[in-house]
Amino acid sequence: MKKNDQTPHLDRRGFMKKTAAAGVVASSPMFFMKGAYAAKDFRNDPKDSKTVTLGFNVPQSGAYADEGADELRAYKLAVKHLNGEGDGGMMKTMKPSMLKGNGILGKKVVFSTGDTQTKSDAARASAKRMIEKDGALMISGGSSSGVAIAVQGLCQEMGTIFMAGLTHSNDTTGKDRRRYGFRHFFNTEMSGASLGPVLEKEFGKERSAYHLTADYTWGWSQEGSIKKYTEALGWETKAAVKTPLGAGDFSQYITPVLNSGADVLVLNHYGKDMVNSLTQAVQFGLRDKNINGKDFQIVVPLFSRLMAQGAGENIKGIFGSTNWNWALKDEGSQAFVKSFGAEYGNPPSQAAHTCYVQTLLYANACEMAGTFYPPEVIKALEGFKFDGMGNGATEYRAEDHQCFKDVLVVRGNQNPNSQFDLLEVVQEVPRAQVEYDSKEFGGELGPYEV
Amino acid sequence: MDAILIQILNGLDKGAAYALIALGLTLAFGTLGIVNFAHGALFMLGAFCAVVFQKILTISVKVKDESVTLFDAYKEQPYLEIWLGDFGAAIVDWAVPLSIIFAIPVMILIGIAMERGLIKHFYKRTHAEQILVTFGLAIVIQEIIKHFFGANPIPTPAPDIVSGSAAVGAFFGLSDNLVYPWWRLIYIVFAGVVIFAVFAFLKFTTFGMVVRAGMADRETVGLLGINIQKRFTIVFAIAALVAGLAGVMYSPILPPDYYMGMEFLVLSFVVVVVGGMGSLGGAVLAGFLLGILQSFASMNEVKSIIPGIDQIIIYLVAIVVLLVRPRGLLGREGVFED
Amino acid sequence: MKNLFKSNAVIMLVFSAVVLSAPIWADPIGANYPDLLQKFAIFGLFAVGYNILFGLTGYLSFGHAAFLGVGSYAAVWSLKLLTMNVFLGIILATIISGLFALVIGFISLRRSGIYFSILTLAFAQMSYSLAYSVLTPITNGETGLQIAADDPRFLDRLFGITQEGVAIPSTHFFGFDIKSMDGYFGFYFAAVVLIIGFYIALKIFRSPFGLKLKAIKSNQTRMTYTGFNTRPYLLSAFVISGMYAGLAGSIMVAIDPLAGAERMQWTASGEVVLMTILGGVGTLIGPMLGAAIIKYAENIFSALNNTELTQMFNFAPETIQNALVFIVEPFVGKGWHLSLGAMFMLVVIFLPGGVMEGVERILRLFGIGKKKKVVEGDAK
Repeated sequence: MKKNDQTPHLDRRGFMKKTAAAGVVASSPMFFMKGAYAAKDFRNDPKDSKTVTLGFNVPQSGAYADEGADELRAYKLAVKHLNGEGDGGMMKTMKPSMLKGNGILGKKVVFSTGDTQTKSDAARASAKRMIEKDGALMISGGSSSGVAIAVQGLCQEMGTIFMAGLTHSNDTTGKDRRRYGFRHFFNTEMSGASLGPVLEKEFGKERSAYHLTADYTWGWSQEGSIKKYTEALGWETKAAVKTPLGAGDFSQYITPVLNSGADVLVLNHYGKDMVNSLTQAVQFGLRDKNINGKDFQIVVPLFSRLMAQGAGENIKGIFGSTNWNWALKDEGSQAFVKSFGAEYGNPPSQAAHTCYVQTLLYANACEMAGTFYPPEVIKALEGFKFDGMGNGATEYRAEDHQCFKDVLVVRGNQNPNSQFDLLEVVQEVPRAQVEYDSKEFGGELGPYEV
Repeated sequence: MDAILIQILNGLDKGAAYALIALGLTLAFGTLGIVNFAHGALFMLGAFCAVVFQKILTISVKVKDESVTLFDAYKEQPYLEIWLGDFGAAIVDWAVPLSIIFAIPVMILIGIAMERGLIKHFYKRTHAEQILVTFGLAIVIQEIIKHFFGANPIPTPAPDIVSGSAAVGAFFGLSDNLVYPWWRLIYIVFAGVVIFAVFAFLKFTTFGMVVRAGMADRETVGLLGINIQKRFTIVFAIAALVAGLAGVMYSPILPPDYYMGMEFLVLSFVVVVVGGMGSLGGAVLAGFLLGILQSFASMNEVKSIIPGIDQIIIYLVAIVVLLVRPRGLLGREGVFED
Repeated sequence: MKNLFKSNAVIMLVFSAVVLSAPIWADPIGANYPDLLQKFAIFGLFAVGYNILFGLTGYLSFGHAAFLGVGSYAAVWSLKLLTMNVFLGIILATIISGLFALVIGFISLRRSGIYFSILTLAFAQMSYSLAYSVLTPITNGETGLQIAADDPRFLDRLFGITQEGVAIPSTHFFGFDIKSMDGYFGFYFAAVVLIIGFYIALKIFRSPFGLKLKAIKSNQTRMTYTGFNTRPYLLSAFVISGMYAGLAGSIMVAIDPLAGAERMQWTASGEVVLMTILGGVGTLIGPMLGAAIIKYAENIFSALNNTELTQMFNFAPETIQNALVFIVEPFVGKGWHLSLGAMFMLVVIFLPGGVMEGVERILRLFGIGKKKKVVEGDAK
């Protein structure tokens, strides 16, 4: 019904004529209507059901499987808390909150899981399964931007809300933003804006940087942001070299750094690439070097504690940024770490944190809207301001569905107290410093109703 | 000049790894006629020998971690350090080189078990079936490793004393900027020794003679009344051992994870084919050749002319070599052409 | 009776009935939802096409995912630049992937055996690496190529056809929205293409051309000695199977307008090889069975988790229930790859002719079809 209403100028006769004229090119009026629902009838409406299903789509195989496992642990904990089991975690510290611990809108929360394999096709397939077969009302998770953008696009078409997991590319809420997609995690722009001043303070204004960049969209986004903010400080960019994803051995890219005259190496790598390139850069003695009277430095713009474990000793003293760290002392973080640690015996990763928060935020938005009807839930989330979730006062910006909050600049801990104590927080960069205009990266959210 | 020299070193280092992996693969091809897709998994198992050995050395007592106040966390203190103090710590530090002693019997056993248990039933099957069954095996091995060790890379550092770089340039009276990590230099030498040992074994022992004869003409050797089958087990064990040793020694360069074998699999096949199926010399030659070419293709000067060349150079070379020399660099006629 | 099963018409009738009734028979095994049914049909088509090369000629290509990828990209570009009618996209994608296959086949077929396999693998890996990085302006790299609201769509514009009020227009087949009927239209669409594709494959298998290909497989040298030039036949088979792959890729796009580089990775090429061998090389039905089994494992096994297993074994007493969950758990959920690997091994060890050999054995057990009937060719 919607389709026909939207194209009033095309009656059936006109359509036939035009189709004939167009030959193989046909038009839009649909004989079968997609999503032929009445006003408040929507896909996977739980109606009288006593339960509501959420779909958690995380990498369970491939390089990010451990990160995915941690995300899944966080989701399970969030579901427990929503259903009123356990100690409630951040539900007690979240403000404002309408969560009561009786599920969502009185319905018990259940979930289904899927394996993204960190591949767009596989991630979309598992998201579709959860929506089409298991009746999931919301999809969440993921550990890479490619997957987040692919699933977000799908969710827009299906009319299912997507609460992104770990995705750091600007595109997710920039040029590929969608009405049905929300991101709590920060992005490369915020990494650049937060790291810039700290790097200036630590290393000075006269530095020349050498970038090694993973050769795909996230890597370029990261390189662009760091260049933008370091060049504004007066740093020179000696070279920016693209490295193939999953190169394994980076020696042929690291050796030219030695002779380039650069005194800072920026590794725009994530996950295994980061572990390998950092390990090897240290082996090549870069950190022992002294160039133009300055100590050589390495910067890893996006740090992940989980991944950093793989680099062992090599991360000590390395600067980077992160969305959240379990060592934070605020009430919300502490409540979450306590509850997560008691359940699983280890502290949550930043991926786990963002996934847990996203689940609570979705549940809370449903309570605020008083319905599961996605357009109303979206409106409740847009512009929602909250606190007590570990990053200070936070806002879901309505224009691009990006969360704005404090960003952490961290450094590899020189003297870790425990195996988890890998990163020390250097600075909690206030939100105002990392904010940017919502139009900066373009993009169109699209309609509420699909 | 420095840049060229250092890229040659890089190439030798990469080539050493490629050659070692390809050597075992081509040995299995040439003698047993087996297309072993689980060869990458053997490399990975070698690297995990280092991980396991390190874990054994650091079997720990769990101590309550007082620095974590929010929940009960434990940190681990290795018994070796408790009992032996600094000496214990030194042993832990040398875990990777020491794990070679552990890896040799383990890899030989794995090789024998694989050949006896699975591979020997597939000598007369088609290549497609061999590929499927060994690929299945590779997945099973990977998943078992993932089940116990997770998916994240595990740091296996080289001993402290060789963790830095050697001033190669200064030694030869060249630029001071020409440095190269000790461990990678060790790897190149190690690979040379292993390759030499394999060649010497095949060249100077009676056993090796029979194997070489078998590679040349299996039927005739069988007609001469020599039971070639029995020797196949040993050959396969050697192939597994070489791949395993390559993995052990590579672990400080690339922190091992369960998927690393799959990443080397395609590459090692390309090396073997470029060298010529079943040609040991060809595998070594192609390994070093591709390693060096890959290093040079990654130089900024080259990349600025042909963007993305470093990502495809290996395949490009493979295509050109196969079109110019149908059986690879040193391949013989009639091997694996049907 | 014998002749009945050999008749093309009967085979096609039975085949169509089975394919089109998939929503009914897939229901009890939990596979009745549009996405998985679509995947069955699409990968079935891919495997049928692959089998024309591998099954008939024995040439083992490790690069067919590249054609699927090229087909996908071509189809998305057709949607972006020309029209949202998928018909044109499908035609263009099939032609372009055919041309791509012609070039790669022409070079690769200069060699045989494992050398041929490595050549195709090298081409496919090059395509993948470039699509992921350097060719991002064409492929949109990691993110994958998607359609956008402000795409030009010249043909649609030329004829003044617009879909107003929607952010992103839907793909359609002469006015039928692919997403209609809650996604089942997409399945039937793919299923009809599969049936047509299967019919063509059947014709090829039973044509003089198909016989020549089989002769090449059994003894190429002899063929050459008789003065017969095998190259054009091999190249035709290669191009046809490449077009099937491109077609499958474009159907994927028609249903879900997105193309990602990882579709071209060597593991994806490996997957279709595995499907074909698992189902039964050189048989008509086998590759499709293999495709269905692998996609089923990927989508259903990977989704089972502890809670669902516990429910599944609810019938048993608690200790046995726990034991069952303990045994099964490593093989499902995040361990689904383990079941896949184990399945490959078991099938090859015990059923060298793939699942089809198992079916045959069972049939023989019941005295039906003494030798190969519906099953064509030779697995070995």
